[in-house]
Amino acid sequence: MEVGGREKMNRGEQGFGIVVTFCIMFLFWLILSGVFDAFHLITGGICSAIVTLISHGLLVKGRGERVLPKSLRLLLYIPWQLWQIVLANVDVAYRVLHPKMPINPRVIEFETSLRGDFALATLANSITLTPGTITIFVEPGKGKFWVHALAKEHADAHLVDKTMQGKVAHVFMEW
Amino acid sequence: MLVVDVTVAILLTIGMFFMFIGAIGLLRFPDFYTRLHATGKCDTLGEGLIIVGLIIYHLFHYPGTPLVTVKLLFLIIFIFIANPTAIHALVKAAYRRGVKPWRWGEGRR
Amino acid sequence: MEATGDTFHLKNEQKGEEKMISMFLVIGLLTVVTILLCLYRAVVGPGVFNRVAAVNVVGTKTVVLLVIMGYIFERPLFFDIPLLYAMLNFIGTLVFAKYLERGELCSW
Repeated sequence: MEVGGREKMNRGEQGFGIVVTFCIMFLFWLILSGVFDAFHLITGGICSAIVTLISHGLLVKGRGERVLPKSLRLLLYIPWQLWQIVLANVDVAYRVLHPKMPINPRVIEFETSLRGDFALATLANSITLTPGTITIFVEPGKGKFWVHALAKEHADAHLVDKTMQGKVAHVFMEW
Repeated sequence: MLVVDVTVAILLTIGMFFMFIGAIGLLRFPDFYTRLHATGKCDTLGEGLIIVGLIIYHLFHYPGTPLVTVKLLFLIIFIFIANPTAIHALVKAAYRRGVKPWRWGEGRR
Repeated sequence: MEATGDTFHLKNEQKGEEKMISMFLVIGLLTVVTILLCLYRAVVGPGVFNRVAAVNVVGTKTVVLLVIMGYIFERPLFFDIPLLYAMLNFIGTLVFAKYLERGELCSW
């Protein structure tokens, strides 16, 4: 969970990061408060400015390339993911309630072709949300994942089928 | 209003069933890693279903305050992102500290 | 729910709303039962990792319990509190995991 060191970004990219972070924080304030008179708007602006000054390097790293197609593909990826979560949760419920408890846990490791921070985090989160697998360790340099799997079918879905890695690579365009 | 009430009741019951599965898995499974499998995921899904049911209930019975549903949606998104991350942090810490995974045929730990 | 004297009537009294509120009460009680089931693992679980995991699970279920209580007491403006508690629970578990992994919290 180490936060990677801030790379040297030039002024333009830092300015872009500051503006985007301020807009997101102010949008959150407006949605969560729901009151639109002058006092609340000014207070919201001041609070968003303070938070942005402290932490503008965390949310947005540089400009990023081709953000719009990536965001659209991410929005299309989420319903498929939710359906997988429901299916696999039913499977785990069956395994919990069965009197013999048919589980066969093991630790597997595999390599992917993803290198970016956000892509690795999305795949790790998807693996941990899908029942049957938990991400143990991620190596960012080579895209290696150590995963603890609950049964042989869950392990095969990542070693042999590789559907989830293919979909995430398609979303972030890092084949 | 009957359709809304029945939908909310069904969603809440299914969500409650998954949360029970989570608690039972925490008691039944033989090892630390397998227990986290059961709770971390069934809990998250069960909560998502319960809060979705409550959002539907809120939209129809309290039509005056629609912004609260946005807050509940944030809660769902936050839980879906934060719960797996906490589970991953615990599992990574345990693996580094040498807690061995359980294999088929060993005793309970 | 305002108790005026000895009768009790809901603020937005509609037909069939009492049934929903009593269903929420049942769901809330079932959540409390699941929390008690998890406490067994928090007391017994061999080692510190099982206990930390059980406390995290209890925190997650408490968030659901708070949201349901917001609807039982008919206060829809109550939902900042579950959001805050979910964040606190998450950060607490992360801090515990970091301490257990490294043996210290700050490396100064």
